[in-house]
Amino acid sequence: MTEAEETELARLLRAALGGDEKAYAAFLSRVAALVRGFARRRIEHGVEPEDIVQETLLAIHTKRHTWRSDAPVRPWIFAIARYKVIDAFRRRGRHIEVDIENFADTLAEPERESASPREVERALERLPSGQRQVVSSISVEGRSIAETARALGMSETAVRVALHRGLAAIARGSN
Amino acid sequence: MDTESLIRGLAGDAKQAGPRLSAVLAGALAVAVAVAGLAFFAMLGPRPDIALAAETPRFLFKFVVTLALALTAAGAFSALARPGAPVAWRLLAAAPLLVLAAVAVELLLVPQDQWEARWIGANAAQCLTFIPLIALGPLAILLWAMRRGAPTRPRAAGALAGLLAGGIAATFYAAHCADDSPLFVATWYTLAIVLLTAVGATAGARLLRW
Repeated sequence: MTEAEETELARLLRAALGGDEKAYAAFLSRVAALVRGFARRRIEHGVEPEDIVQETLLAIHTKRHTWRSDAPVRPWIFAIARYKVIDAFRRRGRHIEVDIENFADTLAEPERESASPREVERALERLPSGQRQVVSSISVEGRSIAETARALGMSETAVRVALHRGLAAIARGSN
Repeated sequence: MDTESLIRGLAGDAKQAGPRLSAVLAGALAVAVAVAGLAFFAMLGPRPDIALAAETPRFLFKFVVTLALALTAAGAFSALARPGAPVAWRLLAAAPLLVLAAVAVELLLVPQDQWEARWIGANAAQCLTFIPLIALGPLAILLWAMRRGAPTRPRAAGALAGLLAGGIAATFYAAHCADDSPLFVATWYTLAIVLLTAVGATAGARLLRW
């Protein structure tokens, strides 16, 4: 949790908002590792930690315009992650108090993912088939926008629009 | 879907779309003021003796209070739209403190046998009716704008929308109301605005989750 990390996260997110996809992937990977460390340690019963990680990533994605590029980025990430933890428990009919101080400490240690079915996966399955094809071509099969456009016989713009709509629907659906 | 896959998908959608949040909030505030103004001129309009009233400190002080409330509420409202942004809660005390100070001065200046008449005034029911009526449109607009934000405290964000809508509505209503005593303002304006804040909080808890 150093100043260098803050600077690097801010740089990556700034580049991402300008359209740099590599920077965005790097930013999201760092955020995922940070949030995973917190979720593993704090959450035991009924909520899958990786669900929290994915819901936080989706929330950061759909709300990335709420970051002011001159504001510190970590408090922004923490506040969103904390909201998603509380929200996850609320939706499962429970209440949890999350102390943001503890959060900042435990976020220090990144952790790796463990595999299991996800709420996001279920939300993906509910998408209209066109959007689902585009999202899973890029996400699951790891194709680029251009490759997906060729494979599905769509324009790149249409692929981008379908991806954007599909992700927005997943963000709503996993809520 | 594993998290790596999700990140690949999100990365493909990197570029930010839509207007900036600060533009959305500023635009919504401008529209809210315009809608409140339209409602005010359609339903009430300024009092006939406004030119004379504008020379009296009590009349002018109503606007000092309502504008202080609207400005401080607008600041806190905007901050609540952004996760992790510091909220200037203490500034919100400015309007209540101004009213309390004015009440103290009024009690010193005015003989005790007139306190009740000034406190009840002639327009209490009108005040409690029209401040909320003028504020309804602005409240809806502000809640809509807040949905573009990411309030991590939906109830507080809704309450601030109500407070801000109340401040805007009270500023317009003050130009109509003939009761200028701080005793009247401290009671009836406050009641109307507290009501709006409560409505905003309830609406926020339902509408502002994301």
